[in-house]
Amino acid sequence: MENVSKEKLVQMLERMWLIRHFEVRVMEVHAAGEFTGAAHPYIGEEAVAVGACAALEDTDYIAGNHRSHGHPLAKGGSVKRAMAELYGRVDGYCKGKGGSMHLADFSIGILGESGIVASSVPVATGAALAAKIRGEDFVSMVFFGDGASNQGACHESMNLAALWSLPVIFLCENNQFAVTTSYHDSVSVEHISDRAAAYNMPGVLVDGQDAVAMYEATREAVARGRAGEGPTLIEALTYRYEEHSLGLGRVRRGEYRTQGQIDEWRERDPIDVLEHTLTTQGILTREECDAISKAKADEVDEAVEFARNSPYPEPEELYDDMWADPIPLP
Amino acid sequence: MASTAIYVEAINQAIMEEMERDQSVFIMGEDIRRSVYGATAGLLDKYGENRVLDTPLSENGFFGAAIGASLVGMRPIVETLTSFMWVAMDQLVSQAAKMRYMFGGQATLPVVYRATMFYGGGSAAHHSDRSYPMFMNMPGFKILVPATPRDAKGLLKTAIRDNDPCIVFEDGTLGGATGEVEEGDAALVPFGVADVPRSGSDVTVVAIAGAVPMALRAAEELEEDGVSVEVIDPRTLVPLDKSTILESVAKTGRLVIADPAHKVCSAASEIASIVSQEGFWDLQAPIMKVAAEQVHIPYTPVLERLVYPSSEKIADAVRVTLED
Ligand SMILES: Cc1ncc(C[n+]2csc(CCOP(=O)(O)OP(=O)(O)O)c2C)c(N)n1
Ligand SMILES: [Mg+2]
Repeated sequence: MENVSKEKLVQMLERMWLIRHFEVRVMEVHAAGEFTGAAHPYIGEEAVAVGACAALEDTDYIAGNHRSHGHPLAKGGSVKRAMAELYGRVDGYCKGKGGSMHLADFSIGILGESGIVASSVPVATGAALAAKIRGEDFVSMVFFGDGASNQGACHESMNLAALWSLPVIFLCENNQFAVTTSYHDSVSVEHISDRAAAYNMPGVLVDGQDAVAMYEATREAVARGRAGEGPTLIEALTYRYEEHSLGLGRVRRGEYRTQGQIDEWRERDPIDVLEHTLTTQGILTREECDAISKAKADEVDEAVEFARNSPYPEPEELYDDMWADPIPLP
Repeated sequence: MASTAIYVEAINQAIMEEMERDQSVFIMGEDIRRSVYGATAGLLDKYGENRVLDTPLSENGFFGAAIGASLVGMRPIVETLTSFMWVAMDQLVSQAAKMRYMFGGQATLPVVYRATMFYGGGSAAHHSDRSYPMFMNMPGFKILVPATPRDAKGLLKTAIRDNDPCIVFEDGTLGGATGEVEEGDAALVPFGVADVPRSGSDVTVVAIAGAVPMALRAAEELEEDGVSVEVIDPRTLVPLDKSTILESVAKTGRLVIADPAHKVCSAASEIASIVSQEGFWDLQAPIMKVAAEQVHIPYTPVLERLVYPSSEKIADAVRVTLED
């Protein structure tokens, strides 16, 4: 904490508020029918992406998963282009071809997200392989869930990365559930981070509600990666406040968690935790924190306006972007 | 300068030349440093451990790692067998094939999967896949089916330089086939340009991969009966050179398609559908498909040999197209 700069801390709060307001607005406009399709709110988990990305440079890479509005925003992605993508518009990150689960910004190292659980883990591992082959010192970080941690793709990638000492950070966001399945019912070890031992790499269990703790743990993992010391598995303990995906609450039949549990986690809301740190350390006043929140809410409102005003793609664009070296249509 | 090489040597030459030419090319696969299949012989000595990677048995993991490396500027070549692609289908389909489009053109994936098809040699159902039609069905791959050493070398070189995911289906039945190969840029073979190894006027036979030599044998046999067969080797299935096929059918009016893959939704099916739609008025007989029987590959040779196309089956099909 002592060696985290004031600017870094303030930027973390800004990005957490940005993600929070983004997700709240997404839920509103989705409910109002402004766009369709699945979207997976990240509310409650903001400290994980923000703290972790704060330890990265633009030249480092990240890859995400289905619950991935927060990851690109945490790495400095454009809120307008992210929102326009959700709206399916040409100014979206993927010109409307990717949507909520496939935001990407290659210009700042966001290698994109995967709707197939754990599928981006090997991809991120490969970016780290390139660093090793070329002798460069960038790192690659991949976000995946507790559910994803059970996929072979994760295990194969962890073995590869440890075997070859690749600069990759496996960032497991343990938000307690995969849809309705508690990780206690799907993971054979007490902590997912315990699995690191099987691959001979450090496994770190972090309070995912504490952005500063996330930042510090990730910074260490990044330093190891840059020094050629190989991968790290970080397990961030966090919690998803909302339904697994928008609209799912309307169709789901049985319960899987109690209101009491939700309330308990909300007690340690990641934004409150960081604001508490900042105000008690005299870095920001309460009013300054509120002003940050307000500014980020405005930014999100502007993004919604931007998205609404962006055109849909033309029918002629259907076949665009299939190939880097185009071939005739079949 | 042209020289003679067998199919597997031609592949080796392509890799050697492209690794020499471009530092971003590297190769990974199982047991490639000691080259158990021959195509990677000598690479370790020449290019070292950093660019010649023996992988653990983790196809999904390292197929995906190749994708990630390609996204950030590398040009990986992955060696595998067709039959091991199944365990990596997630990375092939959800990532390699879809990424560029899904990300609105931001992703560029110059990755090459070299998949050998071992069939016809008693390898049984788990090791005999000719799976290119399944990949044709998935947009996003360029699909190459070289039938000669020249094309094995030239298409692989072009694939390594191409900026999209390519799968080279190398035909194990042709591993020892001999032919002329060029060197350097002269060896490059463009995608989407069919080869016509034999011209003729009565019947067109489009043959794929290992079926090409069968078609040529059938054509020689039929010539003795006074039947003139034109043989077309598409060489690449995606992109497919439709016009060479359609022009040939316009001349002959008859089409046989020989395809070592299972006949349902095969490459042959796709070619037949194109010709029946776009060349219908040129046809004077029904299109004949000579593709693998729709069963798994049995181990015992007496049954296995019944499954695939053969020069006899191709010749018979040609004769059927000539019946009144
Ligand atoms: C391979 C695969 N299986 C199943 C699904 C359906 N699915 C989407 S998200 C999800 C839960 C993922 O849980 P977790 O990895 O913990 O991430 P979280 O949603 O909790 O953030 C499931 C089962 C999928 N998208 N991909
Ligand atoms: Mg989860």
